[in-house]
Amino acid sequence: MSEKTFGQALNEALTIAMEIDKNVFIAGEGVGVSIHQDPNTATHGLLEKFGRRRVKDTPVSEAAIAGLALGASCMGLRPVVEIMFFPFITLASDMLVNHAGKLRYMSGGKSSFPLTVRVRAGLGFGAGSQHSQNLESWIAHSPGLKIVWPATPEDAKGLLLSAIFDPDPVIVVEDMMLNQMPGDVPTGDVRTPLGKARLVSPGTDCTLVAYGTALYTVMEALKPLGEQGISCEVIDLRSLVPLDKACILDSVRKTGRLVVVHEANRFCGFGAELAAMVADEAFDALKGPVKRVGAPQIPVPTAPPHENIFKPGPEEVVTAVREAMGK
Amino acid sequence: MTENQIIPDLRIRLYKSMVLTRKFEEKIMDLSQEPGRMPGMQILANGQEAVATGMVSALEPEDVIISNHRSHGHLLARGADLNSLMAEIMAKETGVNGGKAGTLHLSVPDLNVLMTSTVVGAGPPLALGAAFAQQYKKTTGITVVFFGDGAAAEGSVHEAMNLAGVWKLPLLFVCENNCWAGAQRPEEHCATPHIFQRAKGYDMPGRSVDGNDVEAVYNLGVELVEYCRSGKGPALMEALTYRMRGHGEQDRQHYVDPKELESWAAKCPILGYRQKLLDGGVLNQAQIQAIDQDAEARVAAAAAFGDESPYPGPETVLTDVFVQPPSA
Ligand SMILES: Cc1ncc(C[n+]2csc(CCOP(=O)(O)OP(=O)(O)O)c2C)c(N)n1
Ligand SMILES: [Mg+2]
Repeated sequence: MSEKTFGQALNEALTIAMEIDKNVFIAGEGVGVSIHQDPNTATHGLLEKFGRRRVKDTPVSEAAIAGLALGASCMGLRPVVEIMFFPFITLASDMLVNHAGKLRYMSGGKSSFPLTVRVRAGLGFGAGSQHSQNLESWIAHSPGLKIVWPATPEDAKGLLLSAIFDPDPVIVVEDMMLNQMPGDVPTGDVRTPLGKARLVSPGTDCTLVAYGTALYTVMEALKPLGEQGISCEVIDLRSLVPLDKACILDSVRKTGRLVVVHEANRFCGFGAELAAMVADEAFDALKGPVKRVGAPQIPVPTAPPHENIFKPGPEEVVTAVREAMGK
Repeated sequence: MTENQIIPDLRIRLYKSMVLTRKFEEKIMDLSQEPGRMPGMQILANGQEAVATGMVSALEPEDVIISNHRSHGHLLARGADLNSLMAEIMAKETGVNGGKAGTLHLSVPDLNVLMTSTVVGAGPPLALGAAFAQQYKKTTGITVVFFGDGAAAEGSVHEAMNLAGVWKLPLLFVCENNCWAGAQRPEEHCATPHIFQRAKGYDMPGRSVDGNDVEAVYNLGVELVEYCRSGKGPALMEALTYRMRGHGEQDRQHYVDPKELESWAAKCPILGYRQKLLDGGVLNQAQIQAIDQDAEARVAAAAAFGDESPYPGPETVLTDVFVQPPSA
């Protein structure tokens, strides 16, 4: 174990992957020479360490970047490509949705695509809707794509390593707002399995499920909730696809209540899938309505007070839990 | 049009527009140093003023402009109101877009600065549609789209150029080649050194111009605008210039050779033009000073206006998504 920031942990995962497998290469806009000089960015220093053959700065060409990953992975390489901001994944989406997610199926299982797409996400830097928009439910809705979203430095490293060595296409969402966050990270090639949620803190009255920065919004809500005598069980989802259904269902069977929290729009957001799953498979256990906390159905605003309204806060979590409790 | 046809009045206008743009962005630079003063990423076109001024000055009011993340010069050259522009850059309620655009997505539809996209390469297809509407409605207007050397690598740009070529749309593509796309140099992201030469593949004229020479940009602008307006189809201008600041104000340019910066500083479009106007007797020192002071005063007033303005309140956060919100 050693203390590392979230960004350093990502950097360590890339370093280890490149050291242990010569077929791993990275590509993207500024992954070699970046306008930033921040050791807390995932690709910092990799060009110096591994050279231009394996660290490829690309043109501003998201379709080509994703296609590069597809073609190269089908040839046995393990590409790790970067999409600079989440909304730009739309430019890569033909390659990902129509190809990465479908070609193995359509080959009758003959081909595989062990590629990783790192996507940088985040609200709260005032750049507006063309740089900030969380599209995880688009990806989760597309068959054949896996998607994970670490919330801690340990999982940043562990999930990225698992993604790189997974035989299928995996999208790893990196919350930029967490880049500077420190935490204990195990030394060496220690992986967090895909499809395993993490029980963050046990509780008895209500299950709270979140991922990425939304997890910290939930943690902030725990104190006021505790003061009101409400005990919550918190789950860090970590992996949206594959989904750890058992972890959520077990918890809801215990607490009888579920509140899902994410920073994406509530409408058709990933929370809707979890709510439906619980209604479907644990209806008998439910003691109250399943609630979802998410953003309103508007583009991510630019003005700081508007952005604050957009981003779900701890008060909204408290209200949702109280509503789930019938209070 | 030859250089001689540029009358002194126009020369002074070109000069004033560049000075105003420079001072306006220098103000943003200063304000960006203060934490929390300028929300979002401040992206400046310092050093590229001659492209915006020269090109936009060659347009008629009916012509449409589509801009990108480095938009301030395009808007100022078009005569956008300084106060509401600065307020918008600060994401304030009195801004030209009510604080909903911020610095990156400024549009002034009243002035036909129709759309701005920060999605690199999105401008050309948007412009294609605007130019199609102009052709469809049989207006005499044309559309100009500004995009970077980096953007030229996006597939969307090729699609737009090809279709504009097929349909002979009144669309002028203006590539501002400022020698950088983020921290990447053109030779890293562009297979040929000359973006203008791609025009051949789309059956349109492609020309390159010294983007630090405002009259050269203006003259070529006039020529290509005329070409597009005449119904012959699209055209491509590549203006060679240099991004004197980092990509955004947080970028410290650690990857830029200081010697290169120096050599481009010596080619400053404003200093060069100032000397030319002084030498030619178009302006004297006192007039130069007066122009500087006037620009500074207007920019200071705009910054004060922006500072005093409030952020938009909660009542507007949900509005403007649809023209007619769906009934509940
Ligand atoms: C589709 C997309 N990919 C990446 C980015 C991030 N980005 C913003 S500007 C930029 C470089 C653009 O270079 P260029 O087109 O030359 O314009 P310049 O910044 O030099 O004016 C990049 C990569 C973006 N905004 N949109
Ligand atoms: Mg450029």
